[in-house]
Amino acid sequence: MMEITEGSHAVAEAVRLCRPQVVSAYPITPQTHIVEALADFVANGELDAEYINVENEFSALSACVGASAAGSRTYSATTSQGLALMFEVCFNAAGMRLPIVMSIANRAMGAPLSIWNDMQDSISLRDAGWLQFYAEDNQEATDLHFIAYRVSEDPTVLLPAFVCFDGFILSHTYEPIDMLTQDDVDRYLPRFSPPERLDAADPISFGMYATPEYYHEFRYAHDKALKEAQNVIAKAGKEFATLFGRDYGAMVEGYKLDDAETVIVAMGSVCGTIKDAIDEMQTDGKKVGLLKIRVFRPFPSEDVAKFIKGAQRVQRIAVLDKNISLGAKGATALEVKDALYGSAVPIWNYIIGLGGRDVRKKDIKEIVSLAEQGHGDQFYGLRKEVL
Amino acid sequence: MAEKCKSCELFDSGHRACGGCGAALAARLVTKAAGTETIVVSSTGCMEVFSTPYPETAWKVPWIHSLFENASAVASGIEAALKKQGRREKIVIMAGDGATFDIGMICISGAFERGHDFTYICYDNEAYMNTGIQRSGATPYDASTTTSPAGSHSFGNKRPKKDMPAILAAHGAPYVATASIAYPADLMQKVEKAINTPGPCYVQVHAPCCTGWGFEGEQTIAIAKLAIETGMWPNFEMVDGKVTKVKKVVRKPVTEYLKTQKRFRHLFKPKLQDAEIAAIQAMADRNAEKYGIDIKLKKEG
Amino acid sequence: MALAVGCRARPGKSRDNKTGSWRVFKPEFEHEKCSKCGMCQTLCPEGCIHEDAEGTFIPDYVFCKGCGICAEECPKEAIAMKQEEK
Repeated sequence: MMEITEGSHAVAEAVRLCRPQVVSAYPITPQTHIVEALADFVANGELDAEYINVENEFSALSACVGASAAGSRTYSATTSQGLALMFEVCFNAAGMRLPIVMSIANRAMGAPLSIWNDMQDSISLRDAGWLQFYAEDNQEATDLHFIAYRVSEDPTVLLPAFVCFDGFILSHTYEPIDMLTQDDVDRYLPRFSPPERLDAADPISFGMYATPEYYHEFRYAHDKALKEAQNVIAKAGKEFATLFGRDYGAMVEGYKLDDAETVIVAMGSVCGTIKDAIDEMQTDGKKVGLLKIRVFRPFPSEDVAKFIKGAQRVQRIAVLDKNISLGAKGATALEVKDALYGSAVPIWNYIIGLGGRDVRKKDIKEIVSLAEQGHGDQFYGLRKEVL
Repeated sequence: MAEKCKSCELFDSGHRACGGCGAALAARLVTKAAGTETIVVSSTGCMEVFSTPYPETAWKVPWIHSLFENASAVASGIEAALKKQGRREKIVIMAGDGATFDIGMICISGAFERGHDFTYICYDNEAYMNTGIQRSGATPYDASTTTSPAGSHSFGNKRPKKDMPAILAAHGAPYVATASIAYPADLMQKVEKAINTPGPCYVQVHAPCCTGWGFEGEQTIAIAKLAIETGMWPNFEMVDGKVTKVKKVVRKPVTEYLKTQKRFRHLFKPKLQDAEIAAIQAMADRNAEKYGIDIKLKKEG
Repeated sequence: MALAVGCRARPGKSRDNKTGSWRVFKPEFEHEKCSKCGMCQTLCPEGCIHEDAEGTFIPDYVFCKGCGICAEECPKEAIAMKQEEK
């Protein structure tokens, strides 16, 4: 059913439809509208869940750990400082193989303090062993929650997932959304029934400690499960397409790659801007394409390599990162370089949009020019007058 | 009603606690009192480490360990899940004093403020024992630990024990108690009462540590008794914030307790530290007055 | 045994760890003195003292660490700690 709604509210509605039994909530800009909407749903009997007003984000995710281990589908949302506070619990939840889904309304990390968008928060947790999905628009932000629960809870996966969407840019923007019905979601997402849970009828010890004789193998098993989740994503995405017409089976998406001489690689809402800029550049005769990454963990190295290989005219690659591994490069650029190791095509990294700096079509066009001139590996668009 | 199981060992042998461990005994007694319809949430610490090196677990009830500081938050999530699933298991948190008095304060305060239905058992061995005897908020005044060592310029820990029972009573906890492995029947009764009282309840269990305090393992119970008999550990119950029952004693001087443990040896050797011992005695006297510990002996004539 | 997903285990395996090997002193029980109060069983941190058919108590030496609490606390002094011959 089509509706025009704020991104946060669309996400909250999607979560409501997933029927979580436990919602753990702590406010932080710019995800607060999500937890507020969920509170309203509970207060009005539209969501049959226990809503825990935790006292900080660390406890928010910890409560999810308990709820999930006890066998309930659970949810929380956070960003930036809140996600950083959950750092320890993120590793813990993933290592304990608990299929928690958490929305991340991406926001810059302090210091300096910023409430505006970039992806440093979720990117900084790329090593924690969670699935990471990145939405281009609010339709994706909405749908990816159904996909995330479905993939997370798959008995061969059993890993928690971030569903990331740009704070303010997506969370606070009104867009038309095709919202699924409760029947749709019930058909797509089965009741959560984990193979093991905390239960007096079958006592199990969860979260034991592992000595050097075992830890290495636990990490291997975790990594394997995360990497093999791409098969589950493919299946879950294809089924979503069959039922609802939108295909989330692929971890990457190509846009006008066929004859592209410059390929831009990017994630998130900037992809919409990039597509518009590409259309304009194509009209002007410039051959530019986009490789959009929708799943960052597991990283789709093979797919990236395949798509770039398929772009037979490619002469240069511009990887845009709304994050930076300080002291090195943007996270996507490092991954893409790894995926394309051995390729002779130059790969340039552009750090864009940190702390909410707007990225416009003209910026994309300028970046393409810079790449054409061989000027890369830089912070794009520095305001020299304030340096 | 929690299922009581008098002959039921729900904490198995083969765990790796030191011989004579007070905390291990606490785990046995608490699980006995709680019964099989219990989910235990442990914080990182001695008890968690000596009971669950993969693949060996000593727990015969469902058990979960997450992190050091978040047992209360994890328990909050479990409680919510059980409520939604219509299940009846009771939740018992078992956390050491480090996890409870220090690093877990935020999570505990939040969980108690929200009023979740669980029982929080703090096994209090008065320091971070698992990491090798470091000072916690529960370490008594003048106890020597590795991070509050006695030395030529120090008498050990400079601060008195944090009053956790009062803090949690102030959160509106309907039932708060202190207990000791020295009195197992009393301990089990208090645990059962806490489990059967709706809301967040707290029982702080004194669990002397032979390795950390410096005494022979066979003395664990005797020393736990002396703690109570000297007024160093008041044993009481609070219902809705008011002290209702206290273990009364004919009080012994604190030196009887202090001289048994290496962590207080510096108060006696090389020189008897009268002023410090007097300060500790004053603390015990204040406990006695506050809780009404002293048995009033009939005056002659 | 396959690696458990998420580092978990069901009860029982702690008993693979025979802590009786830690012992230096061994508790010897004199059943004639035993008043069957059960304090030894209650206070054993290993939970390895069991009631026998006569209602007196015996430790499971497979797990007994020889801590001496039972001997120390027995009101009838019916338990003695003896250095173990290895």
